[in-house]
Amino acid sequence: MKARPAVWLTWGALAFFMLNLAGIVGAVVTNSFAESWFGTWLPDGYTGKWYGEAWRDYRLLDVLVVTFQVAIAVVVISVLIGVPTAYALARRNFPGKKLLNVLFLLPILMPPMTYGIPLATVLYKFHLAGSMAGVIAANLVPAVPFVVLTMTPFIEQIDTKIEAAARMCGANTVAIFTRVLAPLLVPGILAASILVLVRTVGMFELTFLTAGPTSQTLVVSLYEAMSSAGIRPQQMVDSMAVIYTGSMLLLLVIALRFVNPTQLVTRLKEPA
Amino acid sequence: MTAVLERASLRHRLAEKGVDRVLWLLVPGAVFVVLLFVYPFLYGLQLSFQPKSGGSPFQNYVTFFSDEYLAETVWITLRLGLPAALFNVLASIPIAFRMRGRFRGKRALTTLLVVPITLGTVLTAEGLLAFFGPTGWFNRIWLALGADEPARLTHNYWGVLFSLIITGFPFAFLLTLSYLSGIDPTLEQAAATLGASKRQRFRTITMPLLAPGLAVTFCLSFVLAFSVFPSAVMVGNPAGETHVMSIAAYETALRDNDFAMGSAIAMLMALVMLIVIGVVLIWRTTLYRGATGGKG
Repeated sequence: MKARPAVWLTWGALAFFMLNLAGIVGAVVTNSFAESWFGTWLPDGYTGKWYGEAWRDYRLLDVLVVTFQVAIAVVVISVLIGVPTAYALARRNFPGKKLLNVLFLLPILMPPMTYGIPLATVLYKFHLAGSMAGVIAANLVPAVPFVVLTMTPFIEQIDTKIEAAARMCGANTVAIFTRVLAPLLVPGILAASILVLVRTVGMFELTFLTAGPTSQTLVVSLYEAMSSAGIRPQQMVDSMAVIYTGSMLLLLVIALRFVNPTQLVTRLKEPA
Repeated sequence: MTAVLERASLRHRLAEKGVDRVLWLLVPGAVFVVLLFVYPFLYGLQLSFQPKSGGSPFQNYVTFFSDEYLAETVWITLRLGLPAALFNVLASIPIAFRMRGRFRGKRALTTLLVVPITLGTVLTAEGLLAFFGPTGWFNRIWLALGADEPARLTHNYWGVLFSLIITGFPFAFLLTLSYLSGIDPTLEQAAATLGASKRQRFRTITMPLLAPGLAVTFCLSFVLAFSVFPSAVMVGNPAGETHVMSIAAYETALRDNDFAMGSAIAMLMALVMLIVIGVVLIWRTTLYRGATGGKG
């Protein structure tokens, strides 16, 4: 039983981290319900009015609609582009495949700021920046490679014999895609789309660099609200942050129903 | 007749190399990545050699390294990114190690550890400012424990580091856990039957299999930490101690409208990041990469 102290240390450190985290989140949630809170343990009184004011003042309904539109557009387009690419990459070995793989890996490996600034420059040149199309285009840059990278191993594990058998039975290419592959791909596509959705809603840098006043998503308008505070009470920013986290939490709960986070990399059955 | 045969054989020869009609599926993806990633990147690269004020093509880069305020950003960014990524990876190992196998409440604990992903930088920043601030809960307890003055943990290096750990740890943990669950547990059981102690099993079986996965985890965590922007502005001291490269790039490009200089800084950012990742990945090639677990 030599390992005991190490075990306690691990759990102890984790508990300390969690305690601080609870304090951090708790402070924001408490403040968002506070009448006023200056230098005391707890606020003087509680109210829910900041949520209403934030909702009206920051036009959160419009912002949420924009966020939703951008996220859905990014998911649909990235799946439409990414899945066929992943299929070809999973099924064929061809000259130049390595190069293509690297090209699809780079946008995920690069910090968004590094390609975001040149991308914003290009989008400004073509007068796309500031519009919804620009925001969608910018968010697609990491989204499509993400779909390709998650779908390629998924397609690799689908037995090629199934396709061969379908062809033997007289199915044409369209039929193979719609009636054989599509049903098998649905779980993978669903998982990839939900992850892309979560990433897009949370993506700050690219949206920040390319959005105009009418194409801001929730993260960006939250950042703008925080950096231009001062005139408005702190509680409004906090209640908006709580709304953001609430919607992200909702998305994550949905995502966790479809994706097992511990099996993102390898699929190995745990021993019973 | 011969022409038909030749055409057929060319198609056949191409198909043997893997070139057939399936590759048409690649076209949208390839066009997309060239149009929205390669082209802007190359455009930025050539723009960075066309300084706004004219002069030699390397003027932007010369300015960057001769201006101490700008050159310093490289070290500031590395000083934040490397410790944050290293901490996130190292801290996930023991926790992921305890989370293997089945036990009651595993799903709940995993969810709890993943939840910080949803917080977003602004809530984290607001929370850090409120919780670790001079009159926050943390400092109230700290003072009650007998400290002379409140700990300064916000609007400086520490605030940003904490923020990077909070947002980066869940991600590193998830990756580490999935790499660790990919290692075949029968290997360790075999070693145990042969009389290997817990420590021996960890050092000679689990670690070598896990190390390549950890290298990838470190790289991805580093990328996340390296691009720190919003938290460096909100909980840091963006004009001084936490004036990171992304702030410098953003400010020159979109505030001062000097896209050429901004692109130059972005290119240098990419370069610094690629160097770090390259070093880690080269070290990774020296590791064992077998069939079981730890692949990636």
